[in-house]
Amino acid sequence: MSEQTAKATTSEKAYNPRLELYKGFWRRFKKNKSALVGGIIVLFFILLAIFGPMLVNTNPNATDIANKLQPPSGEHWFGTDNYGRDIFARIVHGTKLTLVVGFVSVMIGGIIGVLFGIVSGYYGGKVDTIIMRLMDILLAFPGILLALAIVSVLGGSLQNMIIAIGIFSVPTFARIVRGSTLSVRKLEYIDAMRALGASDFRIIFKHILPNVLSPIIVQATLRIATAVLTASGLSFLGLGAQPPTPEWGAMLSAGRSYMAESPHMILIPGLAIVLVVLAFNIFGDGLRDALDPKANK
Amino acid sequence: MEETILDVRGLRTSFFTDEGEVKAVDGVSFSVPKGKTLGIVGESGSGKSITSLSILRLLAENGKVVDGEIRYKGENILDFSEKKMRSLRGNKISMIFQEPMTSLNPVFTVGQQISESLTTHQGMNKKQAMAKSVDLLKLVGIPSPEKRVTQYPYELSGGMRQRVMIAMALACNPEILVADEPTTALDVTIQAQILGLIKDLQNRLGMSVILITHDLGVVAETCDYVAVMYAGQVVEYSDVRTLFRKPRHPYTVGLLKSLPRPDADQEKLVPIHGMVPSPFNMPKGCRFAPRCPAATDLCREKLPDLFDDGEGNQVRCWIYDEEWPGPKEVDVFGEKRIAQG
Repeated sequence: MSEQTAKATTSEKAYNPRLELYKGFWRRFKKNKSALVGGIIVLFFILLAIFGPMLVNTNPNATDIANKLQPPSGEHWFGTDNYGRDIFARIVHGTKLTLVVGFVSVMIGGIIGVLFGIVSGYYGGKVDTIIMRLMDILLAFPGILLALAIVSVLGGSLQNMIIAIGIFSVPTFARIVRGSTLSVRKLEYIDAMRALGASDFRIIFKHILPNVLSPIIVQATLRIATAVLTASGLSFLGLGAQPPTPEWGAMLSAGRSYMAESPHMILIPGLAIVLVVLAFNIFGDGLRDALDPKANK
Repeated sequence: MEETILDVRGLRTSFFTDEGEVKAVDGVSFSVPKGKTLGIVGESGSGKSITSLSILRLLAENGKVVDGEIRYKGENILDFSEKKMRSLRGNKISMIFQEPMTSLNPVFTVGQQISESLTTHQGMNKKQAMAKSVDLLKLVGIPSPEKRVTQYPYELSGGMRQRVMIAMALACNPEILVADEPTTALDVTIQAQILGLIKDLQNRLGMSVILITHDLGVVAETCDYVAVMYAGQVVEYSDVRTLFRKPRHPYTVGLLKSLPRPDADQEKLVPIHGMVPSPFNMPKGCRFAPRCPAATDLCREKLPDLFDDGEGNQVRCWIYDEEWPGPKEVDVFGEKRIAQG
């Protein structure tokens, strides 16, 4: 008897379909070396954003005019800027800002976009036409220009910048989710659910949403890269984070005047932006390949 | 007389497309006695599936029931609110679909999906619903249900999935089960098992079944009553014995003649010539007239009603009406039929 139960539990352990799915995903993801590197860099920046400020005690806003425009050295790893502030400390403290802007704006854009897309795809007809034409209007503007316009209306601040980037991420999500919803909606299990008496609300959130999740995850990862880039761009133009906030784009902007004598002032924040954007992009591509095994054989 | 649980009268369902109105179902009447099986037979496009979707009010957006009544226990369900309708679906009237491979949501386990209607309609909590799911899987003959209940659809075979679909449909002890070609996508041995299962469950649970199929063999095996559909209309309704012994409508006669029968001495199968008319261009008179070997001018001009023979058998053909202008003895696909007129 006890032997039988023991056997049963081991066989259950040996075969867990959910675990198998994750294993398959990990196997495919691991094969893609560049995606793995991207993932590691993303993880590194996330950890840096969380723990960095605790480890780097230097105040990122402490000025030291006597030591201004120092090139990288043992004391100031990334050198100092025109007010003598330690660039390394500023980069580390700015990481959190950059990632928060990226994540929050994509979250705002994602939630609104997914909602629009799923409703549009599920109900079709007039609702679909109205929502999608609205999205087309948003898409007609170049992203940064739209964000610029929104920030100019709302006023330049970090919060408004997040809102602006969020808004211009909406149409991309709406389109992708609408497309996936259209294909899922036609499947018989949705009819079957309706035949079992499920409400529209339940069908949309319980049965369609989980089935369109993987393109959403991939898109969100790629959108974070765009959001980071746009945020830096806006801050560079002086419309985002206001000085003395250690925002990378703003740092880049401040370094412009000292480009010739102190190139490290623009090189370091520039490289940081490039690294984060690149990491999210290749990580997103890797996710796409791993989540959709059919697309990549 | 048996108690009628579902009575469909003069049902008309149309689809409104860019090319105009398509009358997919145009005057369908039948009744489903309690605890019995009604077969709806017809070829593709004859309106069988649309009839079943009309009963559950699950038509696509551009589809609409334009006329008729669907009485469930005397109440016209076409008057029900959407909310009341939802409480009926899956609870009192259930449906199983043709494609077991795509009728289950790939991201949930079998148990979660069966639980869904139990939690929706019967207010069970998750644990109770899971326990009931195991019972239901046992009921539909799935071995080691405790293990299966935690598996995902992709881990099951087609026949197994169809059993799960049946378990889902039966979860709330429905009074009517609508089965839309439940065995078409399965291979023959599994077909027999699934039909046997439906029959067996019907006897045990006392539910009525509406079985939609194009397979007359399936009808002969499982149904008590049959409605034969052609181009959106019921052309013949009778009990299964009468239908196979003495089909009356020329279309039914033609259908049976075109089947190979091991018991009869057939040299050749008799085909029905021609095509089903396009829904945009329906004949003015009887819809089968262009293909009917016995058609007269009256048939081509005027659509016949469903004539009742007084024993509950109905046929939509002029041969059985007093107005019939043709000969007394009519030759239909090589069989003699005596005209009423």
